[in-house]
Amino acid sequence: MTASRVAESLLALSQQEELVDLPKNHPLSVSEDEEDSDRERKHQKLLEAISSLDGKNRRKVAERSEAGLKVSEFNVSSEGSGEKLVLADLLEPAKTSSSPSLATVKKQLNRVKSKKTVRLPLHKEEVERILRELAFNKTSQVLSKWDPIVLKNRQANQLVFPLEKEQSAFAPIEHVLSGWTARTLLEQKVFNLLHKNKQPVTDHFLTPMEKASLKAMSLEEAKMHQAELQRARALQSYYEARAQREKKIKSKKYHKIVKKEKAKKALKAFEQLGKVNPTVALEKLEKARIMERMSLKHQNSGKWAKSKVIMAKYDLEAHQAMQEQLSKNKELMQKLQIALESEEEERGPEEVEELLIPGVVNKVQMNADGPNPWMLSSCTQDSREAETHEDLEELPEPVAHEVSESEVDEGPVAEEEILLKEFEEWRSLRRRSELSQDAELVGSQETKESSSQEKLSELRAPSQRFKENHQSWKPKASPTGTVPQAHREEPSLEEEEPLLLQRPKRVQTLEELEELEKEECSQSQEFFRPGLEGQQLERNPNNLSNAPKEKKKKEQMLDLQNLLTTKSPSVRSLAVPTTLKEVDDEEERDQKQMIKEAFAGDDVIKDFLKEKRDTIEASKSKDMDLTLPGWGKWGGMGLKPSAKKRRHFLIKAPGPPRKDKNFPNVIINEKRNIHAAAHQVQVLPYPFTHHSQFERTVQTPIGSTWNTQRAFQKLTTPKVVTKPGHIIKPIKAEDVGYWSSSRSDLSVMQRYPKQLSMSHKKQLKKNSVD
Amino acid sequence: MKVKMLSRNPDTYVRETKLDLQKVPRNYDPTLHPFEVPREYVRALNATKLERVFAKPFLASLDGHRDGVNCLAKHPKSLATVLSGACDGEVKIWNLSQRKCIRTIQAHEGFVRGICTRFCGTSFFTTVYTGIDHHWKEPLFATCGQQVDIWDEQKTNPICSMTWGFDSISSVKFNPIETFLLGSCASDRNIVLYDMRQATPLKKVILDMRTNTICWNPMEAFIFTAANEDYNLYTFDMRALDTPVMVHMDHVSAVLDVDYSPTGKEFVSASFDKSIRIFPVARSQSREVYHTKRMQHVICVKWTSDNKYIMCGSDEMNIRLWKANASEKLGVLTSREKAAKDYNQKLKEKFQHYPHIKRISRHRHLPKSIYSQIQEQRIMKEARRRKEVNRLKHSKPGSVSIVSKKKKHIVAVVK
Repeated sequence: MTASRVAESLLALSQQEELVDLPKNHPLSVSEDEEDSDRERKHQKLLEAISSLDGKNRRKVAERSEAGLKVSEFNVSSEGSGEKLVLADLLEPAKTSSSPSLATVKKQLNRVKSKKTVRLPLHKEEVERILRELAFNKTSQVLSKWDPIVLKNRQANQLVFPLEKEQSAFAPIEHVLSGWTARTLLEQKVFNLLHKNKQPVTDHFLTPMEKASLKAMSLEEAKMHQAELQRARALQSYYEARAQREKKIKSKKYHKIVKKEKAKKALKAFEQLGKVNPTVALEKLEKARIMERMSLKHQNSGKWAKSKVIMAKYDLEAHQAMQEQLSKNKELMQKLQIALESEEEERGPEEVEELLIPGVVNKVQMNADGPNPWMLSSCTQDSREAETHEDLEELPEPVAHEVSESEVDEGPVAEEEILLKEFEEWRSLRRRSELSQDAELVGSQETKESSSQEKLSELRAPSQRFKENHQSWKPKASPTGTVPQAHREEPSLEEEEPLLLQRPKRVQTLEELEELEKEECSQSQEFFRPGLEGQQLERNPNNLSNAPKEKKKKEQMLDLQNLLTTKSPSVRSLAVPTTLKEVDDEEERDQKQMIKEAFAGDDVIKDFLKEKRDTIEASKSKDMDLTLPGWGKWGGMGLKPSAKKRRHFLIKAPGPPRKDKNFPNVIINEKRNIHAAAHQVQVLPYPFTHHSQFERTVQTPIGSTWNTQRAFQKLTTPKVVTKPGHIIKPIKAEDVGYWSSSRSDLSVMQRYPKQLSMSHKKQLKKNSVD
Repeated sequence: MKVKMLSRNPDTYVRETKLDLQKVPRNYDPTLHPFEVPREYVRALNATKLERVFAKPFLASLDGHRDGVNCLAKHPKSLATVLSGACDGEVKIWNLSQRKCIRTIQAHEGFVRGICTRFCGTSFFTTVYTGIDHHWKEPLFATCGQQVDIWDEQKTNPICSMTWGFDSISSVKFNPIETFLLGSCASDRNIVLYDMRQATPLKKVILDMRTNTICWNPMEAFIFTAANEDYNLYTFDMRALDTPVMVHMDHVSAVLDVDYSPTGKEFVSASFDKSIRIFPVARSQSREVYHTKRMQHVICVKWTSDNKYIMCGSDEMNIRLWKANASEKLGVLTSREKAAKDYNQKLKEKFQHYPHIKRISRHRHLPKSIYSQIQEQRIMKEARRRKEVNRLKHSKPGSVSIVSKKKKHIVAVVK
């Protein structure tokens, strides 16, 4: 008990010491004597405590349980009071009293209160831990910049190693040229030329000449020049943009309109030219002819034309387009003989017109037998009409002309027509003016016109006759009309006969096409043939009958298929059906014969039926026969159980009917094939979430047997490609477009010499200790 | 009677020059090819079988060392040059194309514990410390023993040394991409990462058993793989060490060395069980196992920098050269061969889940010791699993937590 007491007192002492400590830590100058007395007191107390430790003097210890009368000034004891002594209590008198000696103390006290204590430094390990954590965070941040690249590389369809690209051997031209001299004659020549003109050998923006000229210009001039250039550039760019835009327009109608407009413009210009300078216009025409002769533009040899030739079999428009092309060629190629022969220069345009007519006629002649010379003929018709109009010299001619134009409505030929008409108009106008001017020329003109009229009348006669009776026309026409006449006649003839319009549609077989070509080639010969039309007519019923025949053929084929696919019992008659059906064509029969012969050996259908029967037999579960011979009746040799008994004891095999019962040409195997199952995937593999996904991946073939070469290459690109013999270096930041920090690791390390040296010192110390 | 003949336009099948591609008129309409899948399947099956037939990975054995080969180093500039250090302190430089030793150097009295080449390929360093690695760009190298020291080539004292705890560190490796990073593994079962620039360790992960060595992925800066004594390899993302990205388990004894392929897609591991295995980074099972009758405990392994070959040095003094792809045809391939190879590869990939193909492609012959070990360990693993399941089943729900396989082997991560 006493020991505990002693301990208590010691504790109190230490508390006191603590109290004292506080001012001690912070330099608080207390008066010397006070300090001394304090020390004495402590000493006293300590002595007492020690002396109380041994048992004899235990009694001596004064135990104060209540307030004593005699209270020592120095021996303040808080024992029993239960209150701790607080510094503030002690300092209370100092606060209240305002003695100058205590003022300094007060001040110092205030200062102490305002200051905060510095925290104890953290434990070394703790500090290290924090540093490590910081460093780790920093490093992981640095590393996370690789995340996108790593992800990209992991998902890449193909990675090609080594990653770094080989630098292309590109050098500026100056470098190349410096070590190069002109050796051959040509090179030297070229260099001489370049040097003469002061052309830049190296890749400068401007030549010295240009530079000099730039310098020579005054500022204003230069500015103006620049502005001009700028404007030109801007205009050009506008123009380009516009052209681009227009080029992109897909509307055919728009392009048609544009084309028409252009043609009109060209015509107008030509007209103007014809007015101003007819010789030049003529020359132009001549030049166009020459150009045409030179080029293959309208020769039906281009890609477009070839495609049209192919399509012509099926497409009326294509055919027309082709014809048009040819006719254009003809027209352009036509020589202006009359024009050259003509004496009068002023009448050039008229001659041109006249020249054009034979061209058109020629073209018609060329395609006389062609499928649709309709449009072309109308063209000629127009011109002819115009001619007649001219002959009559009627003033309202243009109006009439327009009417005719509106009457006739053709798609592709319209342009030429318009051209022609315009020519005519222009010519007539010109002529009117000329007529008023010089009357002397009229006579010669009239003679010409009269001749043409005669011709016309000649032409018209057979056509009229034809109208009456076109069957009798041919034989008549051939002896009467000359060859060109007949040619001219043809279009008008066809104009009257809309029946022939259908022709290209009928042309379906190869032979017909061939014949068509022949016709086109050797037209003149054919025209001498009297029975041409008759032949054609002959062919027509033939053709007409051909179409239904083909239909019949198709039906037959279908029938055969039906026989093959649906009805197995009737299959046996497969070889015969041709005989059953009425086949009038020998060819067909031959073909069938051939097929029969080819497949004479193998009777596939029979085999199949047999196989099916076998499978049915094999899969059938057997009936159970439970009859016991001799059961309930006598049995023995030669004795059979009665039918009734047998029926009674026969247990029929159960089971649903076969699924392929109603499909004669199918065998459905309802048994699961274990051999096949061994090759099948049982569980859906990992990355797939649905079986259909997996099936889809399997079902798309990747082999070149089922894919085009390009697709095959794409499908079989390996995931990783390495070049043999190349060292693959670790990925670098520069390779992937990142810029690694320019400072090297070493230099960064040397930025922290203190830290390093410290650790180094530690290390050295450790070494020395060891 | 008219005889109709087949007449074709030669333009459709005759090529204009012999350099043109052959015109193969073919209709790719899928309805005309109803048996695509079965045909491809058969092709895949054949490809798989042929792959197994031609799987002859062993190329050469380089003998000449008079003690076990302890360490290997690749030459950074020459594919044909390899350096090896043996347990008797001898270092040999080999030419792989000639399969000959070019030079022999008696480097040390004791073991050559580590060997590394300088990034320029002009010099190499060997050590009697437990490990050495050279910086990838700077004239620095790191050694390990009691602590990780970083040395300047020109100085006699280390310029920096880093330590965390006191245990012998068995290997140290520089990160090839972020070159200021280092990884080391110590014998107190931990892997420690260091930052050389800040001269401080970063983090430490403690595993179940000791890690023998680590290797950084040369294409992915934050990925490394640790070869552990508990027969497994652990691939970590260094930013999240508490869970390994993948646990690779197929070895039946301690894994002694690991090296990444330069493409970073696979790595090879050498084991005490006398075999080396190739693992895809993303797979926990190995795709290939190499062994020969005479090959003893494999101590070191390296994947050559052209991604074609694997070298391993083993106890019985030989260095062996293997193909990285067992059935690959060496040498120059014609374009058709290449196309066929690619096609076959794709086919195998496409049908890899089909049971027959899977079985054939996975089939390997193993030495009896390894085979029986695998069986034994399978039984042990199964027993452990069963016990776990039973414990879970018979305890109060929530009282037994399920630890994932990946996390099971991680003891702690120390910051």
